[in-house]
Amino acid sequence: MNFADQVPKLGTLLIGIAIFFAVVALVLLLVDRAPKRNRERWQIGFLLAPAVLLLLIGLVIPAIRTTILSFMNNDGTKFVGFDNFKWMFTTPDIRVVLRNTAMWVILGPLVATSVGLVYAVLVDKTKFEKLAKSLIFLPMAISFVGAGIIWKFVYAGRVGKNEIGLLNQLVIAAHGTPWAWTVRAPWNTLFLIVVMVWIQAGFATVVLSAAIKGIPADTVEAARIDGANSWQMFWQITVPSIRPALVVVVVTISIATLKVFDIVRAMTGGNFDTSVVANEMYNQSFRYNESGHGAALALLLFLLVLPIVFYQVRAIRQRREI
Amino acid sequence: MTTNAAMLPTAERLADPMGPDNDNMGSRVRRGLSGRGASVAAILIAIVWTLPTFGLFVTSFRPVKDINSSGWWTFFAHPNLTFQNYTDVLFGASTSSGRLASYAVNSLVITIPAVILPVAIASFAAYALAWGHFKGRDWVYIGIFALQIVPLQMALIPLLQVFTSTHTPVFMRVWLAHTCFALPVGVFLLHNFMSELPREVFEAARVDGAGHAQIFRKIVLPLIVPALASLAIFQFLWVWNDLLVALVFSDGTEKSAPITQRLAGLAGTRGNDWQRLTSGAFVSIVVPLIVFLGLQRYFVRGLLAGSVKG
Repeated sequence: MNFADQVPKLGTLLIGIAIFFAVVALVLLLVDRAPKRNRERWQIGFLLAPAVLLLLIGLVIPAIRTTILSFMNNDGTKFVGFDNFKWMFTTPDIRVVLRNTAMWVILGPLVATSVGLVYAVLVDKTKFEKLAKSLIFLPMAISFVGAGIIWKFVYAGRVGKNEIGLLNQLVIAAHGTPWAWTVRAPWNTLFLIVVMVWIQAGFATVVLSAAIKGIPADTVEAARIDGANSWQMFWQITVPSIRPALVVVVVTISIATLKVFDIVRAMTGGNFDTSVVANEMYNQSFRYNESGHGAALALLLFLLVLPIVFYQVRAIRQRREI
Repeated sequence: MTTNAAMLPTAERLADPMGPDNDNMGSRVRRGLSGRGASVAAILIAIVWTLPTFGLFVTSFRPVKDINSSGWWTFFAHPNLTFQNYTDVLFGASTSSGRLASYAVNSLVITIPAVILPVAIASFAAYALAWGHFKGRDWVYIGIFALQIVPLQMALIPLLQVFTSTHTPVFMRVWLAHTCFALPVGVFLLHNFMSELPREVFEAARVDGAGHAQIFRKIVLPLIVPALASLAIFQFLWVWNDLLVALVFSDGTEKSAPITQRLAGLAGTRGNDWQRLTSGAFVSIVVPLIVFLGLQRYFVRGLLAGSVKG
């Protein structure tokens, strides 16, 4: 590293921090000096303006524009109707991408939530609860790229040499044949999903554990007196009592999984039939400059998020009605 | 992504969100599965969750020759320690070595403004939406809240076109993009928190003649420090760990690309240089890990208070 190269960057950082202070000072000053007439309205306007403007410029208008682009050709000059969507569902490569995304969205949240729930129940009220939860929670702090590299190393395989990957070593210890975990489709997608589960299970554990602690003690005691065993307790008391939290966890992880990008990027680069919608969206838009295709894939992601959100809203409503 | 705060225990009730609860009733009644099988299962899961990171950590300190000839688990039989991988990957002269120190500086230059800007802007907006009185207030709030479900992929292509045609400086692009994408969740989190502050405080201040600017600075700001902290940690982890926004908006070189982008690049082009990948990955992990472990309490509270961005 050349230190002289870093100086301009630090200058840029100072500019960034200066922008922060300028924005804060300007907003507070404007609010303070707001005109006397309609003062309240001016003040609210000044407080809201930066957020509303940024959201309009950075999110709302671009999202509308992306929607329009998804019905245009790849340089955005001609209206082509549903051609980009036809392309999506008829191109064999993209169909593999859609299949992979379906695998991710079905398996990722299901397995992560199950592991998180089982673990939360297992460590509940044990002496090492705090440590145990911290251990499973730790991957939440690791970037998807970092996690991808960690697992790529677990999956590492070398033909005819000493294995350096943990998983193949375990396979050999069990007298199996080493396997190219990230290469052989369609199984490789499953092994990439493992990484997502590894990251998200801690989130599930922490939220579900808090919900479990919120189950009224007399409910539990009543069931005990009725002679319920652990298995019955789990299915008939724990799971129904924490249903709302379960919905939250499954929905949150589903949406994160739907948009998964970094794991695939870092581990296989989308090769060996492992690409997913978000990765393909990036490739089409920014590598191949096919903005029509890219926009259509982005819109697909948005449309796939909707039913998940509707499901959650419905679950909340039902809950309120009871 | 949105989660419903009302359905989860409130953050204030959990003095230590990671610890076992201490109410007497609770500790007398064991709700969990008990017995040896359960402990074994728990320990097994804990091991599976820890071992991959541990293996990476051990490998990053082994000489190249050892890494490529034997598994990291043999390290304990033949300990052979080096810091060479780290000096190489951080400061190495050749371009293929990683030069991660330079990229780590970029990560820092990206992250700090991309955390403090949205936190400030979101707290202004959340205050206005929680305590201002104007027509359509609820609609503006619902609109911002609903934007959480728009995937950032929906904004990337047009945003890049705008940045390119206006020649926005590279770092500024990344800051702006992260700021915009953080606002819906930020406003939501802080609004939740602020609307629970007692009304009397505001009324008393208004009677004393304080304006919105004063109330915000002197009364609200000190009270919402915990909420600001959890939002800042979320945003820090999000930005530091981000790859997609960086790939789209940074120029991909040592001048502006963050450490994640460099690592993903190395994993793609030099996928078997484990000495570089392991030490490099660890360098990128260590900063968020320190932040996370130091401020875990705030992080978990933010999580339970109802939100994770996606």
